[in-house]
Amino acid sequence: MADVKFTEDHEWIRIEGDVGTVGITDFAQEQLGDIVFIEFPESGAALSKGDQAGVVESVKAASEIYTPVTGEITEANETLVDAPDTVNTEAEGSGWFFKIKISDMSELEGLMDEAAYKEFIA
Amino acid sequence: MARESASEGAIQRTPLHALHVELGGKLIAFAGYEMPVQYPLGILKEHLHTRGAAGLFDVSHMGQLELVGDDPVSAIETMVPGDIHGLDDGTTRYTQLTVDDGGILDDLMVTRDGGRLLLVVNAACKDEDIAHIRAGLPAGHQLHELADRALIALQGPSAAAVLSDLGSSCLAAMPFMSTTEDSLGGTECRIWRSGYTGEDGYEISCNAADAEALARLILSQKPVAPIGLGARDSLRLEAGLCLYGHDIDRSTTPVEAGLLWSIGKRRREEGGFPGAAVVKRQIADGVTRRRVGIQPNGRLPVRESAGLFDENGAAIGAITSGGFGPSVGGPVAMGYVEAHAAKAGTVVQAEVRGKMHEANVARMPFVEQRYYRG
Repeated sequence: MADVKFTEDHEWIRIEGDVGTVGITDFAQEQLGDIVFIEFPESGAALSKGDQAGVVESVKAASEIYTPVTGEITEANETLVDAPDTVNTEAEGSGWFFKIKISDMSELEGLMDEAAYKEFIA
Repeated sequence: MARESASEGAIQRTPLHALHVELGGKLIAFAGYEMPVQYPLGILKEHLHTRGAAGLFDVSHMGQLELVGDDPVSAIETMVPGDIHGLDDGTTRYTQLTVDDGGILDDLMVTRDGGRLLLVVNAACKDEDIAHIRAGLPAGHQLHELADRALIALQGPSAAAVLSDLGSSCLAAMPFMSTTEDSLGGTECRIWRSGYTGEDGYEISCNAADAEALARLILSQKPVAPIGLGARDSLRLEAGLCLYGHDIDRSTTPVEAGLLWSIGKRRREEGGFPGAAVVKRQIADGVTRRRVGIQPNGRLPVRESAGLFDENGAAIGAITSGGFGPSVGGPVAMGYVEAHAAKAGTVVQAEVRGKMHEANVARMPFVEQRYYRG
């Protein structure tokens, strides 16, 4: 089973080898409400941990998405362009936002595991 | 859409507060009141439910005022550009409280009820409005705040069937912008055929003590769901209706805001309201900017404060309200643009997060208004 970590900004990252798949947590989608638009980072973009990596627009407001790790964006989830509400129904599955090639695996150590995140949002 | 509290001190609750909590409403501070922004259904589905069936809104935070005295109609006409003398008994008109430079202090509904006027004003402006109106009243007039009244709105295509089941059958026949008194499930109510969604519907005032039982009765009717402020905002935006403090304020005139329809012919000619000279001049000479609908191309919502530019990149205005329109199925907005760019179909650029996105000046409303004209 792949390792999943969480940030205090309510992103999750699933790690497979040196590639991380990033999305927002179910808690985050619940807070944001109906999601109607997602702005993705450009493929090939080099981002540092904590950089803005896109925007998620709900009916209510726009919220920034940050990358949990430093790396290069390899893929955006284009299926969300026509079905942004997938993030509401499958936030931690098929509602992922982008994949990133992780530069420094040690950055993952600063992130929360699932138990710690659950406690964080409790 | 959250606005700062109009009044100092503790946040207030409406008579339906406990019901909002019980229904799972997500409560936020709005205009000094703790109000539900949404229920578990969510803004998008609440919006669509209202247009498809019926939605119940708590708008008890709004100010319900009563103006009595020797000649309340003449008294209020010195403060608003609306033709209140021309208002038949039992009917309602939309107008604005204006100031000398033509700016708008608030927008409001004025109803003639026998010898008195009933006013409904925005929650965030309530205290200022009351002070302003009282200061302008001639001797022999009193303005009372009906603070012990709740106000709820039932909106949507099923509203007439629901309400005429609970009250008199004549409720289905009353025309848009008229008012009556009726008993709904034993609760005495003042009922208007009006609303803020573009749909057919009613606004219902009752004693605060009766409000929860009445709301429960209406909610027990199959087509009705509770609707929060979030959907109220997207519904009124699609309907092209102004939100005070955003689309109109002290810096905009009724003419710039496209509200000239609410100023009757007699008032345009005679004046006699604050800002009449400015309004008259703007009618004669035109305005330099206008409130227009803005329909972004693509799916990106364009929100309040986004800058608007012409095709050459010159600044021509800004968005004052914008978001996702659930019934439109895409982004909708309104804002002010320079008069030369105000024609429907004009291509403009909206700046969102440093990037330009193409949009069109669009006719409003974005959805068909379905008021019952009788």
